[in-house]
Amino acid sequence: MKLALLELRRRPWRFAPAVIALVLLTGLLLTLGGLLDGLYNGFTGALRAQPGALLTYASDANLSVVRSRIDAATIAQVERVPGVEQVGGLGTVLLGAEVPGQATEASVALFGYQRAPGGVPAPPEHAGQVYADTSLKAYGVKEGNTLLLGPQRYPVSVVGWVSDTDFLLQGGLWGTVETWREVLGSARPDQVLASGTFQVLTVSTTAGADPARVAAAIDAATGGKTQTVTRSFAVDSLPGITQQRSTFNAIIDTTFFVAALVVALFFVLLTIERVGIYAVFKAIGASSGQLFAQVVLQAVVIAVVSFMVGALLALAVGSLIPPQVPLQFSASRALQVAVGLVVMSTLGSAVSLRRVVRIDPATAIS
Amino acid sequence: MGHHREAALKLDNVRKVYRSGDAETVAVDRASLEVGPAEIVALVGPSGSGKTTLLSISGGLLSPSGGRVVVAGDDISGYDPKRLTRFRRENVGFVFQSVNLVPFLTARENLLVVADFSRRDKKKSKARADQLLAELGLAERAGNLPRQLSGGERQRVAVGRAFMNQPDLVLIDEPTSALDTKLGEQVMELIVTEVRARGTAAVIVTHDMRMTHFADRTLTIVDGILGDPATS
Repeated sequence: MKLALLELRRRPWRFAPAVIALVLLTGLLLTLGGLLDGLYNGFTGALRAQPGALLTYASDANLSVVRSRIDAATIAQVERVPGVEQVGGLGTVLLGAEVPGQATEASVALFGYQRAPGGVPAPPEHAGQVYADTSLKAYGVKEGNTLLLGPQRYPVSVVGWVSDTDFLLQGGLWGTVETWREVLGSARPDQVLASGTFQVLTVSTTAGADPARVAAAIDAATGGKTQTVTRSFAVDSLPGITQQRSTFNAIIDTTFFVAALVVALFFVLLTIERVGIYAVFKAIGASSGQLFAQVVLQAVVIAVVSFMVGALLALAVGSLIPPQVPLQFSASRALQVAVGLVVMSTLGSAVSLRRVVRIDPATAIS
Repeated sequence: MGHHREAALKLDNVRKVYRSGDAETVAVDRASLEVGPAEIVALVGPSGSGKTTLLSISGGLLSPSGGRVVVAGDDISGYDPKRLTRFRRENVGFVFQSVNLVPFLTARENLLVVADFSRRDKKKSKARADQLLAELGLAERAGNLPRQLSGGERQRVAVGRAFMNQPDLVLIDEPTSALDTKLGEQVMELIVTEVRARGTAAVIVTHDMRMTHFADRTLTIVDGILGDPATS
């Protein structure tokens, strides 16, 4: 017989204040987490998807894909560095796209690529064809659509879908190198690139090679014209990413702390209310440990139930938010919130331990 | 556990002193007492006389400041709190003044909670709880919550709970304090009948002299000093 569970089942209203507070906090945690994940993925998807351990930028670009330029001669130097297995060129241009039947332009990042990123097929057969990121569906993009890119309304047709390839919160479009060059030239005539020049190189290293050493060797081989970094470093170097994550994580951590505080306060009050009955339990032979275990069990059950209801609440709120808002719910984030909530609730309930231990069984007899 | 031939309770020069700074309050002063294996003793005295303290010491709820407390042959005077908890779980039954049933547990569950804390065999515990409830005339009310029971029924459940662990000694605290004379008589009769039926020793604390005739012996306590035994 589990006293704690029986009480929860038979007197659920007693726990309603804590459950309501935790449901709201769960909804907040999942929404904040979803926004953080959506922003992070929307900013970094294209770089995270790149093949190879390393990305090579022009040294004067300050790790900016848009500003970086690497010419054919430098690429040839990179290819000859020991430890380098494969090199591919990558370029992008950020612009607006007119979507058939839609009044609002979609913000897109058109990529031209030599080596297919993870989850992206090999470049389309023909110039003017692109794979579109599924995030662009929120802007009304459909397969078979012809999108008109940039001020010159350069037409590209959508021939398939890819996912998690957005860049700087702009929907990813993935076409041939020729398509990218032409669109870049039409949208930014001052930035026309010579044939063979790319913005960034994706570099795979040979088996067993140390990526850090290879990166240093590449930059040495190019005479300092390049800056080669790991993919994860490149991702973290995107503008605002670190600040964005630390800000959101600070809010999320604070919310977890508030959850622990709510549970602590609730169970302290409940324990004060239960002093009489706990004294009776102790008088008839219950140990402080047994009573405290009941408190913890109730805290854990409350956390789990609150999480489930809170998750439904977050999904309901999420369905009301416009699809353009980068809100992404994921199983891993949900698991993190669920575990965090259970841990914080357990810690919160632990505040009652001292009170439970101090209850004198002799008070059961007046 | 079980019934022993030796005294169910033996107090030998028991003292309980409360200290607050330099001040000392003697709640129980050199009390000596022996309660036989199936004897019912009433302990009477005015408020603040020390009767509750003596009852608490006898049941292992309080440790004495001096003297010896022996329950069914076990000297519990030096037990630490953990050992006292185990002792109470296995050797003593309590009937509290205000019944103190768990409001969200049924009558049967209020009995089973004792076995639950002892981690006893669930099947055997359920059988014992049902047997006790049947003997107390509560078989039909086993699934009822305390609020669905009458005052007398609640009292009977409390008595059943005290016998759940087959104690050597049952300690009963002011069972009639909140009741009128007629109901008080009924409750005392019920308690005494149940205690006698099981051949268990019992100490009943009461301030109501009218209830002492239910006991085999009545002791008085005034200012912490236990008076000479007087046969009721």
